[in-house]
Parts: sequence; structure tokens; C-alpha cells
Amino acid sequence: MSEAIVGANGFQPLGRWIASLLKAAAILIAAALAGICIGETRIPPETVMQTLANRLFDASYALDPIDEGIVWNYRLTRAIVAACCGAGLAVSGLVLQSLLRNALADPYLLGISAGASTGAVLVSVAGLGAGAISLSAGAFAGALAAFGLVAALARLSGGNAGVQAAGQIVLAGIAGSQLFNALTSFIITRSANSEQARGIMFWLLGNLSGVRWGEVGTAVPVVCLMLVVCLAHVRALDAFTFGADSAAALGVPVRRVQAALILVAALATAVLVSIVGSIGFVGLVIPHAARFLVGVRHARLMPATALIGAVFLIAADVLSRTLIKGQVLPIGVITALVGAPAFAFILIRSRRLR
Amino acid sequence: MILSTHDLGWSPRRGEMIVRNLDIAVREGETLGLVGPNGSGKSTLLRLMAGILTPSRGDVRLGGRSLRAMARREAAQSIALVEQHADTEDRISVRDAVEIGRTPWLSALSPWSAADDAIIDDALRAVDLEPLAARDWTTLSGGERQRAHIARALAQRPRVLLLDEPANHLDIQHQLSILDLIAGLGLTTIIALHDLNQVMACDRIAVMHDGRLRALGPPKDVLTPFLLAEVFSVGVAILSDPEDGTPILRFKPL
Repeated sequence: MSEAIVGANGFQPLGRWIASLLKAAAILIAAALAGICIGETRIPPETVMQTLANRLFDASYALDPIDEGIVWNYRLTRAIVAACCGAGLAVSGLVLQSLLRNALADPYLLGISAGASTGAVLVSVAGLGAGAISLSAGAFAGALAAFGLVAALARLSGGNAGVQAAGQIVLAGIAGSQLFNALTSFIITRSANSEQARGIMFWLLGNLSGVRWGEVGTAVPVVCLMLVVCLAHVRALDAFTFGADSAAALGVPVRRVQAALILVAALATAVLVSIVGSIGFVGLVIPHAARFLVGVRHARLMPATALIGAVFLIAADVLSRTLIKGQVLPIGVITALVGAPAFAFILIRSRRLR
Repeated sequence: MILSTHDLGWSPRRGEMIVRNLDIAVREGETLGLVGPNGSGKSTLLRLMAGILTPSRGDVRLGGRSLRAMARREAAQSIALVEQHADTEDRISVRDAVEIGRTPWLSALSPWSAADDAIIDDALRAVDLEPLAARDWTTLSGGERQRAHIARALAQRPRVLLLDEPANHLDIQHQLSILDLIAGLGLTTIIALHDLNQVMACDRIAVMHDGRLRALGPPKDVLTPFLLAEVFSVGVAILSDPEDGTPILRFKPL
């Protein structure tokens, strides 16, 4: 059915493309709206709409300032950042899976989450920067350091571009991640008290509680920029279907495309991890779920991956706030708890369809 | 001279030369067979000709212009390569896989059009895969996959088609049907082959040995017992097909 709407090659005429875009925007807004309404204090959709009207268009609806504050400063920012993280992590995972021809690739493959955790514990436990550096800044620096190390290692060991290089990147990523995870454990066991260790673990599993407008201002531009760059390369990513050599034979500048896309995915992931911690599962599984729904051509697959990732993480955030009364679960726990069975279901279904 | 190599050599970084001193000129419309033992440099030569590898010495010229001076995309509009080990685990349909062949012709300014659809239809028809167009890649047999690869190469609308042992791992019926299909395309073709009896249908063959060109010419003239003993280390008795007089090589240990 969707075949008939979209056309077999996945590249749609302009009118249909706009229609799909509007549909996607509608789904995303509906999900965000639901995410804002649901929570410890239930807020009716009218109140949400009126708050938005007050803030955005200077309308003057009389509202309870507490409700208005919750909507504008807490729930809306959470929903926006959750959507950015979901879309950004899922598309990063998709790009790495396609470029490296590895179904198990995820955004943290390149050592980013391990490096971020090392940076975070250096700041929060070992007291680096004596309070002048925020946890996020430390995490971001750690993520970049780890990615730099992994990239350098992959390059030194890689030799030629192509299948071999992809394998070396995966191996370098594993080595880098292990190193930085060990550093993190080392610092924690040496100097953290149990309260700090608990805090770090909480942060590592993903946490949207501290998100305000400042974080929105970082996450939105970064993820938008990343999506634009990745969407500009959908045809090149298609050409990698039969491997890097085959892409080169089809006229794709393989090294340049690999370097640009891996760099963009890594930077976006580093920014997102430094804001919310390393939310697992999304980057690995959402691309597979999207493939199951819309097929493997990137012109359709990439927007679908971004949308599903965004909606999934908004929903996971709602669950993390409401599942246990009076307690916020780390969102990474929810993504895995809900996502793993859902993914198992998809795996079994796709087997049957073959 | 549609494709030519000039003192062509290639070595991996800090490695020995895999191919060297290659001067080969391919004529428009001819089928050139590449033969040689394993490791003689056939695949490397094809990858150099396709522009996937950059020469360490000399150059490859397309219509007299060096590939070094061309964007990868421009080269891919003229030269298509059917690799030996290209495969995917993606659940991509045959038609989608063939459509990927249009990559070098598409850009933001020239998006997919009805003309591209027609080219895909032609390519699928040329390899008799129209009935399987909607099938999943993973459900295809080896012979069908090879046909689909050729269709993808044809979708590039190349002037030169390079094939790296396309009949490898196929049963004899499918080997013959693939070679027959390639011969019927009427394109300038350079084809690496393992079976020395199958190269008899080529216009000329190039014999590779230790990365060098050992001989170049019509198969009947080139494949002498002396050369086969030197390059392949086998003895040979040359028989003749009673039907059409084609030479048949019967090999024996030296």
C-alpha cells in the first residue's frame, strides 16, 4: 500500500513529498502534545495549547501559573529534547550501520558513550576543573577525546578504504570503548563514595530531568544540521548496499562520504550524550524497526528512522515519569525494557514474511 | 581506443607491486578476456580500470583522458564493474538493487525521472529478470544474483563493462547462460575468466603472470602449450571441436 503511494524507487514527486512531511509533522506534534499532557500532574490539552498561545503569540489566556510553568519550562523542553535525541541517535545508528555494513553498529560504537562517562566522572568524582566545568562539558570533552582516539586508531590500522576499513573502525571502536570504560571504573572505584557512584550510574542510563531551554537551544540546531547533512547523502548511502567498493564503482567518493557522515554522526551523538547521558538501544534498534516498516532505500528509511526515533523517545520519557508513582526511572531502562520485546516481535514477524 | 593503460602499476602502501608495466589498449566493441593464475593481478587490474584503485604508477585513460583528471562520478558514467564478491544481507528488492546503478547519473538537479524507470526496465529485460523484479535479494539463487549485478551495471549505461569472474561458483548451465548473456550485450567488455576453454569466445585475451602482461592477442594464437606450461605450470593437448573446429584444451600435470 505504501509502495503505491510512494513509488517503487523511494524518491517521491514533490506534492507527495510535502504530504508525507506534513503527516510526519502531525505525528510528531501529536506525540509531543501527549508527552506534555501526561505526567504526575495531568494537564488538559486546552491548557497546553493556551500556554503555547500565551508564550508564542502573546495571547492572554488566564491560566494557573504553576500549570503554565510546568508546561512551558519542564514538559515542553523535555519533549523537544527527547524528540531530538530519539531522531539524532536513531539516524546516527542508521548511518553507521549503512556505512560500515554492520547490523550491530550503534552511535556508541565509536567510543562516544564510554568517553562521555569518563569525562563525566572526571568532573563529578575526581573533581577536575574544581567546579568550573559542568558535567555536560566534561562529558562532551570526554566523548570527543574517545572519538578522536578511535578515529586515529582506525586510520592508522585501516590501510585502504572499503570493507577492510569498515572492519578496522568497528575493532578500533571496541578497543577505545573498553579503554574508556576501564578508566571510568578505575576512577569510580578509587575515589567515588556510594552516593556519587549511584549518581553516575543514573546519569549513564539517561536522564532528561535537568533539561531546560538552554539544552533545547543546543540540541535542536545540532540535530537539524545533522539531519540535513545525512539527508543530502541518501543516494550515496544506497550505493553502499553492496559494500564500499561497489559504492566507489558507482562514482561515490567513498572516503569523503565516510569521513563526513561518521564525523557528523559522532559530533551529534557527543552533544546529545553530554546533555542527557547515554540512552541505549535507540540507535541500534530504531533503524531496524524502520527498515521493517519502509524498506531499505534511504530516501524513505532515513526520515522514517528519525520520526520513529523521536516519537519512541517521547513515549519512553512519558513512561519513565509515570511508571512508578513519585519516582523517575532512567530513560535508558525504559528504552530497553519496552524496546527489546518490541524488537523481538519485529524480528519474529520479519522471519515469517520472508 | 576506448580504454587504455599506460605503464600502469599499483602497490599497497609500503608493499610490493601487485601489477606493473601494464600497457593494454582495449578497442571499441571488443571483448577482452583476462586470464592468469590466482594472484596474477587480474582483479587489481579491473579495479584500477574501474577507478576504484588509484594507480601508483602510470595511468588508465578513458577515450584518451586520464581517470586521474576525472571525478569518480564521471568515470562511473562510462565504466561499470561487476565484482566477484559483492553481496548484501539487506532485504532489498531486485528492482531497487538495479536502481542503485543509476547513482552516478542522479543529483539534486537531475532527480529520478521516467527515463530512469525506462532504463531500469531495459536492464531487467536484458538479463531476463523482469518476472523477479519484486523479489527479495536474499531469495535469489547464485545465477539470479549475478544477473541482477549485471543489470545494475547496465543501469549505469556504461560504455565499458568490466566483469570479474562472473561465472564463478555457478553450475555449468548457468555459467554458459551468463557468458552467452554477456556476449549478446554488444558492449566493450573486459572479462576476467578462470576457465581457459571459455575464453575462446573472446576477441582477444590478455595473459597475466606475476602482475605483468605476459601475452596479448587472439586466444588461438596466445594459448600455446609453451605459454600454458610457463604461466599455469600445466601441460596441454589441444583438440578440436568436431562441430565448429573451436580448439579444446585438455590439461594434464607437467
